[in-house]
Amino acid sequence: MSLQPARKQAFVRELLGRSDYAIIGDIVEPRTKVLDLGCGEGELLEWLAQNKGVEARGVEISSAKVQRAIARGVSVYQGDIDQGLADYPDQAFDYVILSQTLQETHRPRKVLGEMLRVGRRAIVAFPNFGHWRVRLSMLVSGGAPRTKLFPYEWYDSPNIHFLTVYDFENLAALEGLVVERRYFLAGHRKVTLAPNLLAEVAVFLVSAAD
Amino acid sequence: MIVEANTVRFDSISLDSGATLAPVDVAYETYGRLNSSKSNAILVLHAFSGDAHAAGISHEKGKPGWWDNMIGPGKAFDTNRYFMICSNVLGGCRGTTGPGSVNPATGSPYAMSFPVITIGDMVRVQRMLMDWFGIRRLLSVTGGSMGGMQALEWAVSYPDRVVSAIPIACTTRHSAQQIAFNEVGRQAIMADPDWNEGNYYGGKPPARGLAVARMVGHITFMSDDSMREKFGRRLRGKEAFGFDFDVDFEVESYLRYRGSEFVNRFDANSYLYITKAMDYFDLTNGHGSLAAAFERAQARFLVISFSSDWLYPSYQSQEIVSALRARNCDVAYVELESNYGHDAFLVDVAEQTDLIRGFLASTVEKAA
Repeated sequence: MSLQPARKQAFVRELLGRSDYAIIGDIVEPRTKVLDLGCGEGELLEWLAQNKGVEARGVEISSAKVQRAIARGVSVYQGDIDQGLADYPDQAFDYVILSQTLQETHRPRKVLGEMLRVGRRAIVAFPNFGHWRVRLSMLVSGGAPRTKLFPYEWYDSPNIHFLTVYDFENLAALEGLVVERRYFLAGHRKVTLAPNLLAEVAVFLVSAAD
Repeated sequence: MIVEANTVRFDSISLDSGATLAPVDVAYETYGRLNSSKSNAILVLHAFSGDAHAAGISHEKGKPGWWDNMIGPGKAFDTNRYFMICSNVLGGCRGTTGPGSVNPATGSPYAMSFPVITIGDMVRVQRMLMDWFGIRRLLSVTGGSMGGMQALEWAVSYPDRVVSAIPIACTTRHSAQQIAFNEVGRQAIMADPDWNEGNYYGGKPPARGLAVARMVGHITFMSDDSMREKFGRRLRGKEAFGFDFDVDFEVESYLRYRGSEFVNRFDANSYLYITKAMDYFDLTNGHGSLAAAFERAQARFLVISFSSDWLYPSYQSQEIVSALRARNCDVAYVELESNYGHDAFLVDVAEQTDLIRGFLASTVEKAA
């Protein structure tokens, strides 16, 4: 699998039904050690183990999802990512993945710090709250925005921290993180222009400054 | 699947206490077929009151094994793929040498002259059995409760001989509460005049003491929820209280039944020795810390606990997992939702089946 090298349209094909997974699948180098936080049923980890020969580990809070992940042969630990990384030694992994979960953590800054303590690199994918549809939804409705990307009523939403591409770049700068690569997606299309306005999902590959 | 019990005799064994036991008989059963490379063997480790009859229908008594719902063709431990071995623990009373066995030096049962044994001793005997089979590496070691303790001991004591370990509903060391319950059981036995300092073989065993010990045990195996569901306050065969001390409640009847049934199949002295071995067990012994104990472990682990198990609460399993993660070992962990308390590992089969099947398949894949 690889990203389509399309020039005009820059389409990203899906991996396991998700375009951010396709990007992550492309970033991860073969035969590395990977930890996926909030790994769900372990589909991405299974794919990485089979196709990239990585040593795959996961953390997931839902018992039902952990069961299905273990049943598919992935070593997943049932626990909370807000606290669950403390046991791991420093630099135990090559990559720590946090896909579409940063906005659900209680202390995102601490989670990010822990990711870069236990891993050499962090891959963070998140929905961009700065997308124009979100802005428009709030402007027009006057209520908490609801879009394809953020479909929840405010009281049902698992999202507790709303961040934009701009916010993440700022936090990375504040923490002195090195953004090695950044990808912006709208549907299956790569966004190059005005990502904070046009990207639905952002994927960042970051490492700690030396 | 009709199965037969086998026994193998070893000349002697040196015990953790410094004593030597000679000879040692080990009762075992096997299910499935050992492949030519001897790489598909899984050792099943029984809990406190279990025995070597883990699966199938016993040849003599026609009874199914204690984990028959988990071991067999197409089951979690698929005997079409794996060669399963289960042996009765050292100190037991179901074919392996224990306090009820005859001491060849005296010609009478050991009784309380039997040396105190440890979980480490039990595992050493199992290792001798694996040597006897010519099995160099076990694909997995697994068991619940005391069986889980043995699985952990295997992974730490013989790291190069264990590819994976599945400790279920267990701990790396007993808490004060767990020791306390065991002590109540021991005192119940020793307070029974029929116990007679352990010398009751050939006479009347301490049936009342042993039954009380087992009643306490059964309470700790269940949960408040499962007892409410199973018995509630229902009366046993009557419409109103008897205003006496016969059985009024269903739960009393159940416990009495469990107690008296246990007496027919278990030796009171084995109860004393095996509970003592569990209480002495501490995986950190000689290592300083749990993380240090796991330093040598090479196995991948699947750790399972149950939400309503208050005898071996989930925090004890999480301690195992924490220490393994600190050593960056390959470990999967899940707490399964269950109402059955500690008994869940014997009862909640469906969920464990998917977990174990997937874990074993991926273990085979990784080992290849």
